[in-house]
Formats: sequence, C-alpha cells, structure tokens
Amino acid sequence: MSIFKKYWWKGLSIILLIYTIIAGFLMPSPALPILRDSIRNLYFHVPMWFGMTGLLLGSCYYSLRFLSKNTLKLDIYAAASARVGLFMGILGILTGMQWARTTWGAWWTNDPKLMGSAVGLLIYLAYFVLRNSIDDIDRRAKVSAVFNIMAFAIFIPAIFIVPRLTDSLHPGNGGNPGFSAYDLDSNMRIVFYPAVIGWILLGAWMTSLTARINIIETRIRAGEGIFHSTTPHKEVLDSSIF
Amino acid sequence: MKPFQLFLSLAGMWREVRTLIIKDIKLEWRQRYSFSGILLYLSSTIFLIYISFIEMQPTVWVTLFWIILLFTSVSAVAKSFIQESRARMLYYYSIAHPRAVILAKLIYNSAMMMLLAVVGMGLYILINQSPISQVGYFIGVVITGSISFGLAFTMMSAISSKATQNATLMAILSLPFIIPVLLLLIKLTQTALLDHIEIFPIRDFSLLFALDVIMVLLAVLLFPYLWRD
Repeated sequence: MSIFKKYWWKGLSIILLIYTIIAGFLMPSPALPILRDSIRNLYFHVPMWFGMTGLLLGSCYYSLRFLSKNTLKLDIYAAASARVGLFMGILGILTGMQWARTTWGAWWTNDPKLMGSAVGLLIYLAYFVLRNSIDDIDRRAKVSAVFNIMAFAIFIPAIFIVPRLTDSLHPGNGGNPGFSAYDLDSNMRIVFYPAVIGWILLGAWMTSLTARINIIETRIRAGEGIFHSTTPHKEVLDSSIF
Repeated sequence: MKPFQLFLSLAGMWREVRTLIIKDIKLEWRQRYSFSGILLYLSSTIFLIYISFIEMQPTVWVTLFWIILLFTSVSAVAKSFIQESRARMLYYYSIAHPRAVILAKLIYNSAMMMLLAVVGMGLYILINQSPISQVGYFIGVVITGSISFGLAFTMMSAISSKATQNATLMAILSLPFIIPVLLLLIKLTQTALLDHIEIFPIRDFSLLFALDVIMVLLAVLLFPYLWRD
C-alpha cells in the first residue's frame, strides 16, 4: 500500500500517456481546412510547452530555495529540472516545426512566439555553459542559482507576454481564433487535458531520475576527491547534506 | 518615527552609492587607456562599416548601428566587475553594502553607455549617410537603449566575473538576454525613418521600460547572494 502511495503518480503518467497516444491517433478529429489531421499534434506539441514551463518554474523554485538553504541537493535538483525542461523545449520546437511545415508551409517563420522560445532555449543553454565553466561546486551552485532566477524572469516575458502584444500566426494571437475555437469539439478536450497532465508528470519523473543520478555521481566524485570544493570531502559525502 | 528612519537609511545608502560612483569615475580617469580603447574600437568599427558598404539600405543602417553598439557595450561593461581584483572586492565588502555596490555599478555603467552611444551615434551619422528623418526621436531612442544595455550587462558582468574565462563567457551569457531588448530597439528606431510619426510607439517604450525595471530589481535582489564567496 505504501508503495502505491509513493509511486501512484508514475503509474498515472504511464496510463495517461498510453491513453494520449492511442486516443490521440484514433479518436475522431474535427475536419478543419488546412489543419486536417495535423490537429492531433495538439496532444504532443502544446503539452511540451506546459511541461517545459512547469519544469523551469520548478527549477527557479529550487534555485530560490538554494539561496536561502544552501544545500547542494537543491542545486542538483534545479539543474536537473532545467535540463529536462530544456529537453522538452527542444521537443516542443521540433514538433512545432513539423506542424508549421504542414500548415504554414515553412519549417521556421518569423513569428514572435518562435522568437521567444528560441531566446528561452538560448538562455537555458547559456545556463549550462555557465555551470560547466565553474569548477568549485559551491561557487557553481551559488552563481548558477542567481543566473537561473534571472533566466526565468526574462524567459516568462519572452515567451508569454511579448508575443501577445504583436501579430502572431499562433492561435489566440493577432486576430487568429483562440484555442477554445478548435477544441470546442469536446472529443479533443477529453484527450488534451489528460495529455497535459501526463506529459508534466513524465517530466517530473525524468527530473527526479536525473537528479538522483547526479547526486550519486557527485558523491562518487567527492569520495575520489576529483573536484575542487571548499567544503571538506567528508562533509560532502555525509548523507545528511543530501 | 519609522518613515524618518527609512529616509535616513536611504540617505545613507545614497551617500555610499555616490562615493562608489565617484570612485569608479576616478579609477576610469586614472586608467584612461581602457576607455579610449573602447572609443577606438567603436570608431574603427564604424569606419569599417563605411568602407565595406558603399550604399546602405535604411533598415540595414539601423540594424548595423545597434549591432555595433551591442558589441561595444559588451566590451565596455565587461570590465566593470572582471577588472576588479579579488582583494579590492573584499575591501568593498568590508566598507559598503552590496546593494550600494550594485546600484553604483548600474548607474555608472548606464551613464558610460549613454556617453558611448551618443559619441557613436554622432560618428555614425557623420561618416555613414544618415536616413533618419526624426532626429530628436532617434536621440531619445539611442539614450533609452544605451541605458537598457548598461543595466542588462552589469549583472551579467558580475555573474561572469565569478567564472573562469570570464570575458568570453560574458558575451555568451548576455547575448540571449539582450535579444528582446535589441529587437524592440530596432523596431523603435525604424519609426525614426518615417517622415511623420503618426502614432507614438508608447507600448514598445513601456515594454522596454518594464524590462529595465525587471533587470534593476533582479540585480538589487540577487547581487548580495552572488557577492559573498
């Protein structure tokens, strides 16, 4: 029973994603001009951005917690969330490019939303460059936490606010019909909402796996005395820190 | 009593900030070579543009102007923290509040960028034939834009001074941050090409202003954490 309590959300993620894939491809879809069956991409492209935003929010939260608590575990979790968030963002761009090719006729357009997400990805790539350029793990944790909070504060206006102010090809912007105009068809809604939850849970699961692997790696390296740290190695090894 | 104490502490903070700004100006004056180096960099880039292009389209003229200013400000602001030695930072730590240090740097860098931008604009208009018809408006955009550059790059300079190979890292870290500002500025400057401004782009200006406010708030809130080592 306790196992069920601990792991129910992982099971839920698997069930929801299997449902998303089966129902997403087999359920009837509204026959709209131009969009046609490519509308099924809604279950994959849009949840990627939900997942990415959620994970980056989580990463920012861990960084804020790190600045007040100063435990390395929080820094590792922040980095893992950002890494999985970046991965989902790249998947979001790829699925979006595919969709744009089918409906707008080009892999990449000069759309403010595309610009915003490209800027967001560049900022988070810079975050990993910054992390890897600092050897001292305590200093790396502190500096990258500060950068991560700034990155999130710029990422949100870049991806959500700026595109809404100008014309965009995306639904709901610049005179295009909003999101709800498409999924007025309730058949789509009963697949879309579970899909969002399923992908977000999968992202959280991937984050926890990445973070746990990183914690083990850090411990091993601390034991071998490979990296430079002002914290004594014994203290890093001590499980109370993690 | 409370508002009075707040006023006193703000006044004390302002005194610290003023002293630090004066210190920065003095240091700059003693090491004139670095500022003149930046000026030389700016003017030779502008001259290079003149030799490379015989005739420029107005949009290209605008974009190139901002790209030149962008790279000039990366190298101008990069030195603000990277140049400071570790021992000197430790000394500031003992005499001043970290918020005063970052505020002084923000103000100093914005003022320096403003000066550089105005000089750069003069040279650019002088050498490359200017398509700008709204000169007053253009000067306003240049001044606002240079302040934004100064504000955005100051914190990046502080962050990259904590890492190795910091001069290269500074450019890598700050370019994605500045893209939204740069796009806004190019869009705003294109209005200066028109013969007659019908609708003043107030929304873009307020967006730029909002980004500036975010940058200053983040710098003031986060710098104390970055500073302690």
